[in-house]
Amino acid sequence: MAFAAFGSSVKVEAKPTKSGKVVIALLAPGLAYLGAFFLTPLIALIMVSLEVPDPAGGYAEYVPGFEIANYGYVISEYFPHIMRSFSYALMATVLALVISYPLAYFIGVKARPWPLLQKLMLTLVIAPFFISFLLRTLAWKQIFSNESWIVTTLQQWGVLGETQYVVGSSFMVVFGLTYNFIPFMTLPLYTSLERLDLRYLEAGADLYASPAKVFRKVTLPLSMPGVISGTLLTFIPIAGDYINASGDFLGSPETAMMGNAIEANYLNINDYPSASALSVLLMGVILLLVTWYVKKSGTEDLL
Amino acid sequence: MRFSLGKLALPIYSVIAFIYLLIPIVYTFAFSFNDSLKTNLIWRGFTFDKWLNVCQREGVCEAFGNSILIGVVSTLVATALGTAIAIALVRYRFKFRSSINLLLFLPMATPEVVLGAGLASQFFNLGVQKGIGTIILAHIMFCLSFVVVTVKARVASLDPALEEAGRDLYANPRQVFWKITFPLLLPGISAAALLSFALSFDDFIITNFNAGSDMTFPRYVYTAAARGVPAEANVIGSAVFALAILIVLATQINGEIKRRRLAKRS
Repeated sequence: MAFAAFGSSVKVEAKPTKSGKVVIALLAPGLAYLGAFFLTPLIALIMVSLEVPDPAGGYAEYVPGFEIANYGYVISEYFPHIMRSFSYALMATVLALVISYPLAYFIGVKARPWPLLQKLMLTLVIAPFFISFLLRTLAWKQIFSNESWIVTTLQQWGVLGETQYVVGSSFMVVFGLTYNFIPFMTLPLYTSLERLDLRYLEAGADLYASPAKVFRKVTLPLSMPGVISGTLLTFIPIAGDYINASGDFLGSPETAMMGNAIEANYLNINDYPSASALSVLLMGVILLLVTWYVKKSGTEDLL
Repeated sequence: MRFSLGKLALPIYSVIAFIYLLIPIVYTFAFSFNDSLKTNLIWRGFTFDKWLNVCQREGVCEAFGNSILIGVVSTLVATALGTAIAIALVRYRFKFRSSINLLLFLPMATPEVVLGAGLASQFFNLGVQKGIGTIILAHIMFCLSFVVVTVKARVASLDPALEEAGRDLYANPRQVFWKITFPLLLPGISAAALLSFALSFDDFIITNFNAGSDMTFPRYVYTAAARGVPAEANVIGSAVFALAILIVLATQINGEIKRRRLAKRS
């Protein structure tokens, strides 16, 4: 059998060995860790979300309970936050897709004859990851600040009213969310476009399909795995983000998302049950949306 | 050749897209040289001062040091745990494989704010004092899945015949692992470790829920944002950026040299 090592042209399929003590030793520590620091915290979160104020206690003291009404309270109290979370996430995801697709196509398809250039451009795509998330968000805040050249020019042109500003608006928050998560979209798109067999495109053109039709009928369907993982990788973190929408960054109280409400309830006013109920809600809605989306796009093997 | 705007549209678009991606980086870098006072909002002149005396601003270097410590410890643990899981998943057959895959996928599909609040509730219930220790515990958790995904790809591309050859030559399992498997997996493991460190170093949301009063670099920036972030923070951010880009470029150039050498030989 050892001869197989020398016949490198014959690709040997990795044959999984039967499990034994080794596999338990390999899996147990990591899985136990996830059990202790991922699964039980989720259970803790659900339990806290059902807690009631301690009748004998003071401020911010809660006892275990089964108060499902906590959910009704947070839904009615934070309905605008919930809507903003998902509508901002949807807008930013679509924007990131529209901005990323031509870029990923250029790197993955057009730049194929120059592999070094491809690598350099990929480095540029992930470059924003290497500068602190908060610093790059603050940079946009300064660039669009009320006294900035951009804003005063827009005011002179009459695009913005004299007392209208960019920072603090929904536009700015969606802009920041799009910017911060674009690499998560571009990379998976690039991965699937890079593998695209150009002969299919030629075949389409040979059969008299217009470039637009070739794109719609051949390129786009073949890059669907990238589109799906890209949209998931951007939508999920955006829906839970609270940096961009925070008043100290690109937002204002009028742009607060679910994350902002969770942070304020948990860390500032110590209303743990409300914060937890909002978190459980956020995760539940995301899981439902993801399941529906993955089923609908028919790529369950992607996960 | 006929001049066509259509052919140029995509390259021009890509250049504009890259400029857009780089603007905040250039801005942060430029303002690290600003001769600013407490806040760093208006350009007041060029100086190397902030680069030379980064640590004079109270709290910046302490927060940075904490972030490095947290990043190193959580990367070491997450990489060890994650590599073991990745090897088991590719190399062994066992029950519950799909549930294990789901358990590994879920932390990546959970918004950070949910992970952060959940862990904080758990620490609260157990009466654990929040601080650097709890931050490290949290970071290991969210880095673990990313390590598994990264290393798994490398294990899958590893030819098992190489290990078999080692066994046929009477190497014991330990020797096979350390002399064959581990060196071959090393590129994947180091990529996973780098990713893990980057995730840990830049994490704010989960950290903020589990930090107590201990500072990390992102927390320092977040707290300072209300009053204005000092230029010293830009210095740290720019230095980390430059180092990371250097590492990435060095790996790429190194890979390209190896590839060319191999191509020449064959």
